Amino acid sequence: MNAGIAAIKTEAETGLADTYAAARQELPGGPAVAAARAEAFNIFALGGLPHRRLEAWKYTDLRRLMKDAKPLAGAPDAAALGAARQAAQWLSELGARRIVVVNGTFVPALSDLADLDEGLTIRALAQGLVTDEPLLSADLGTLLPHNEPALALNTAFAGDGVVIEVAAGAEIKRPIHLLFVTAGETASAIFTRSVAVIGAGASVSLIESHEGPEGSDYQVNAALQVQLGDDARLDHVKIVREGGAALHVGTLLADIGARARFNAFSFIVGGSVVRNQMFVRLAGADTVAEISGVSLLAGRQHADTTLSIEHAAPGSQSRETFKAVVDEAARAVFQGKIAVRQQAQKTDARMMSRALLLSAEAEVFSKPELEIFADDVQCGHGATTGTLDDQLKFYLMARGIPAKEAEALLIQAFVGEVIDTITQESLRDALSAATLAWLGERG
Amino acid sequence: MTALLEIRDLRAEIGGRKILNGLDLTVNKGEIHAIMGPNGAGKSTLSYVLAGKPGYEITGGQVLFNGEDLFEMSPDERAAKGVFLAFQYPLEIPGVATLTFLRAALNAQRKKRGEEELSSPDLLKRVRELAKKLGIDPEMLRRPLNVGFSGGEKKRNETLQMALLEPRLCVLDETDSGLDIDALKVVANGVNQLRSTERGMIVITHYQRLLDYIVPDVVHVLAAGRIVETGGKDLALQLEATGYAQYQNEAA
Repeated sequence: MNAGIAAIKTEAETGLADTYAAARQELPGGPAVAAARAEAFNIFALGGLPHRRLEAWKYTDLRRLMKDAKPLAGAPDAAALGAARQAAQWLSELGARRIVVVNGTFVPALSDLADLDEGLTIRALAQGLVTDEPLLSADLGTLLPHNEPALALNTAFAGDGVVIEVAAGAEIKRPIHLLFVTAGETASAIFTRSVAVIGAGASVSLIESHEGPEGSDYQVNAALQVQLGDDARLDHVKIVREGGAALHVGTLLADIGARARFNAFSFIVGGSVVRNQMFVRLAGADTVAEISGVSLLAGRQHADTTLSIEHAAPGSQSRETFKAVVDEAARAVFQGKIAVRQQAQKTDARMMSRALLLSAEAEVFSKPELEIFADDVQCGHGATTGTLDDQLKFYLMARGIPAKEAEALLIQAFVGEVIDTITQESLRDALSAATLAWLGERG
Repeated sequence: MTALLEIRDLRAEIGGRKILNGLDLTVNKGEIHAIMGPNGAGKSTLSYVLAGKPGYEITGGQVLFNGEDLFEMSPDERAAKGVFLAFQYPLEIPGVATLTFLRAALNAQRKKRGEEELSSPDLLKRVRELAKKLGIDPEMLRRPLNVGFSGGEKKRNETLQMALLEPRLCVLDETDSGLDIDALKVVANGVNQLRSTERGMIVITHYQRLLDYIVPDVVHVLAAGRIVETGGKDLALQLEATGYAQYQNEAA
């Protein structure tokens, strides 16, 4: 026991404990779910909020960054539902099936559940929890450390979310857009857990977006657990456009079957503190995974992208490409780890993180890691941090393009390289437009 | 009549090293001036100083463009007023499609001059016409600017930009470098089509060869940062025979 050196509990830690004690009876779930919650909360209680002395949270000291614990959000009221109706208009051209979650509660009335494709089911997580389905306690094995604190909190508190199931062989043509909206005057804490189980040979495109009010310091902890069957395909795009004072902690857990194709893209443009962590296991042989992302940060934003990808079977290929544009006094963190298990021969994995600093105060922390136990693999990683190229800027200006516009063109080009890998054109256009809008707001 | 370009006693240095040491040059509309000189004479510096490249310190003299002080303008303002530098080494810009760049450049200039922006279809039509004249594959317009282009393609692309932007003053910095004879003819032909009574040109070159194709009205010799001799086009031929040694001694 380390009781002797246990840190003094912070206001947020005490608040979370109080909230759990008060809410545990009310949280949905039968005895098995309740037991999973209790175990998860216990894991959290032992370690407390993650802090800088934990290697995985070295650059995102949640104990310091999370000042207090907000009360759990209740069921959305009429005003919140009204706000949700107006949400994410910039993503209205996607032609996607909208599934709306307001303040952590799945709202069928706002969701497009008509004419579901054959083989597709969409339902509320809470529903499954009530009947004690083991939705919060799937066997994660080596996917992530069993005491991972952000997911532990999510397991303890998640009241609702979306469960998507795609039957084997089903090809879901229309993308599904999980729209997470936070609304309301008082800042609250929102815990959601979503699950996507995609059968063998099936394919689906999943967009996940998060947004909320500008001035409110609400807290979001959103987890998505993906199980992708053999020969299946998932295109996942996550957009974090939370309000400017919000805290967003997101966890993606993905278990990928043999010969499957997994594309994951994250776009972080909002929020005060963002931790976007991804744990991906290429469990089956000969899978192809492309995991990439763009962060556009300004003001005093802090965004941490942490990726752990495990090659657990032979012959898989993975590409990880992350780009950050950091302006003013913002901070970008990239931690990327590729682990290759002994049996995962012929692994081909390449990771690259690149950051563009637009101001003298901007900061970037990059930590790539390789952990290789197989002897016949190709693995590589690289990280670059730089400023805009003055020569290129001069060339553009010499053709009549004003300084700000020249910078915008170069920044667009920098992130465009990654955005252009998104297969759905309307989504690519929306993210390019969001990049332009971000550039337009630069002083 | 106001000269198109009037350079008076221009002095410039970079990193404390004096490059231009009292350069005088006047270019009128309709004239083509060749500037020849040995390596290190200040030819590229002159072109960069005219275009406004950061890093050069102007320590003396004056440059008037249509009577206006060029040094009061940022590089993009100079471009909008009609100064165009064809780069010796055009830069590669990954992620910016050539056509996107051309549109941004032309419309930024038009906007600054208070003219209406050109619509995308109109622009595409004009660019395609010009590309055809210069033997540029239209597919190249969709590729990132200059990325993976050969030396010849880059120079054609510079010429295309010049033709599209219709500047008042063209400064061609060693346009012949890296070109084989066929590419040189194409580029020179493109430049010659831009000869006009409303436009002046400064053709900077180390070799006489380019001047067989772009025939100048006046030839200057630049050595140690000053114009040391001025003559007709015969001067270029003479230099080809004698070299620059005499001027280097003179400057020293």
